[in-house]
Amino acid sequence: MNVGLFIPCYVNQFYPGAAKATLQLLQKAGANVAYPVNQTCCGQPMANSGFEHLSNDCNNLFIKNFSSFDYIVAPSASCVLHVKDHLHSDTNEEQAAEIRSKIYELVEFLTDIIKIEKLDAVFPHKVGLHHSCHGLRGLRLSQMSELNAPSFSKPQYLLNMVKGLEQVQLDRQDECCGFGGTFCIAEEAVSVKMGKDRVADHSKNGAEYITSSDLSCLMHLEGILHRNKSKVRVIHIAEILNAAT
Amino acid sequence: MREATTKDHASLAGAFIKDEKRVDWHDGALWYIREKRDIAAKQIPEWEHLREAASMIKSNVISNLHEYLLQFESNLKKNGVTVHWADSAEEHNQIVYSILKAKEINQMVKSKSMLTEECHLNEYLEERGIEVINSDLGEYIQQIDNEPPSHIVLPCIHKRKEEIGELFHEHLGTEKGLSDPTLLTRVARKHLRNIFLTRRAALTGVNFAVAETGEYVVCTNEGNADMGAHLSEVQIASMGLEKVIPQKKHLGVFLRLLARSATGQPITIYSSHYKKPRKGQEMHLILVDAGRTRQLGRKDFRDSLKCIKCGSCMNTCPVYRKSGGLSYHNTISGPIGAILAPNLDMKRHEDLPFASTLCGSCSNVCPVKINIHDQLYKWRQVIVKEGYATKTKTLGMKTMAWTFSSPEKFKKTGRAGRWFLKYFPFLINNKLNPWYKQRDMPEGPSESFGEWFVKNENKKS
Repeated sequence: MNVGLFIPCYVNQFYPGAAKATLQLLQKAGANVAYPVNQTCCGQPMANSGFEHLSNDCNNLFIKNFSSFDYIVAPSASCVLHVKDHLHSDTNEEQAAEIRSKIYELVEFLTDIIKIEKLDAVFPHKVGLHHSCHGLRGLRLSQMSELNAPSFSKPQYLLNMVKGLEQVQLDRQDECCGFGGTFCIAEEAVSVKMGKDRVADHSKNGAEYITSSDLSCLMHLEGILHRNKSKVRVIHIAEILNAAT
Repeated sequence: MREATTKDHASLAGAFIKDEKRVDWHDGALWYIREKRDIAAKQIPEWEHLREAASMIKSNVISNLHEYLLQFESNLKKNGVTVHWADSAEEHNQIVYSILKAKEINQMVKSKSMLTEECHLNEYLEERGIEVINSDLGEYIQQIDNEPPSHIVLPCIHKRKEEIGELFHEHLGTEKGLSDPTLLTRVARKHLRNIFLTRRAALTGVNFAVAETGEYVVCTNEGNADMGAHLSEVQIASMGLEKVIPQKKHLGVFLRLLARSATGQPITIYSSHYKKPRKGQEMHLILVDAGRTRQLGRKDFRDSLKCIKCGSCMNTCPVYRKSGGLSYHNTISGPIGAILAPNLDMKRHEDLPFASTLCGSCSNVCPVKINIHDQLYKWRQVIVKEGYATKTKTLGMKTMAWTFSSPEKFKKTGRAGRWFLKYFPFLINNKLNPWYKQRDMPEGPSESFGEWFVKNENKKS
């Protein structure tokens, strides 16, 4: 199984630990992982700002980097959803369609493709799970509270395999954190208020860590936690699932 | 009405958020309604099928609008109702005015109509010497405060009871400091009772118009629409073209969804069916386009016309809850307002599709399954292409696209100090930067994953 590892631009720059954990988890699961060093970005920052028409060259580069793999895996639900929904090419649409169909977010790759049944991870802490909206409602990693439908949660399924981890119950199980890409700048006041309220929910319910399959949400929440000198920390789910015994 | 502001959503929301206690209370009140909606929805095993059925009925309607409207018109006429067609808000207002003028009426009572808010009917009639009173309590409160509704179902949800008490003290002469909701409602009722008894004309909105029978249904909790209509000599209904449904049996789908989605009630207290004028009464129905057929012609946005105005997208939207309905500076606020407004006036409303994190909660509570968050994304593309993006943003985005288009450029800018800080909406770690105002930036690690990988993994092989 040849897997192309896609590490989103800001993860590469700011959270190399999550990227290393992702690489190691995939290798432990038996995948043959390659990291195309010429990768840049999924194109979402432009597209969500209304500049989808500028992302063609970026998309073509993505296709060039990742076409040869059986699967593409990334530790970011948001970037994966963007590629799945919006990666097109004016010169190479056939390959673009193939890319859209074979890209996976790490958690769903572990549960749906690898069909992982056990992990040897240990993480003796109280953890609050933040569902990123793109993971939840876009990729359907868990059941959303809006629907009258049976509940399930792929990240929770994996977290349940981690020894010592205690999941905290939140008052609002799947509310948006307010990051929203360029929204976090353009609508600074609303974005921060949303983030503060999310952080408060985790803190008051006793979380030591907030985890998620999206570092963009976590970067925003971490910014608020750090500014307010909170002891609560953020950690990408890959780092928990890969936490050494 | 107070002058409409030209400020954008972000600055209006910023002003609303300054009173954090109010925001927490506003957020909590709307979240409580969202939870009530969840409980109601989850008591109906076939809930998701109902949503699908409603969505499909509405798809049929907007695909065959022409036929259904003609059928509806013909049945209205058979029932003795006078039918008017209005191409624009102005034409709608002129029609109402001419109906009232013909009967020499200079006072009218109104209920349950967001459309007439959209058309600014009250101001139009007032300028021509006709007094209009909004009889639904929330709208009445907004009217005496000279402020538009902030929510389509809960017009004064942003006001605390103490503020309402103050307004009543000023306008209705209640005791200063009185804020008990029951007592205040009694005062309003007493005042409105006299209005109902003395007004010769009543105007209502329309929730559902049945093409097959020519009747229309108005859903209310207070019964004011009925009170006005039953006591009137001239009854007027104003409806947007999209409110027609094919058959009476389809009400069995929509009435089950509407109140559950709106407030978590199984059904509104009154679902009143109006069909024929009483003896000696005149009934008029005005079919209003006002941009609806233009929206129908927009392939990516036509589904927005399925909306049954339940307000559930507002209650669930975290941005709406934290920023208040008035920050959307449009009659219909919240997520649905943000996809309807750019069709009406793109220049004025170019900010609204960006007032969202695209979290998708709206699309999943919507009882007619409008893909609201997808449409927000698509409006962003349209707005930028139509030239409404600022020069700074355009330049920033072009630089970003250029950087991402080639690994060499990306690496160069990366090495030059974390391109992210530089280009992702111009994040620079100083206190003037919007990110840094209330948040810190992550501490940059000594090496990126890419740099680590080249050093370590390549050594292994």
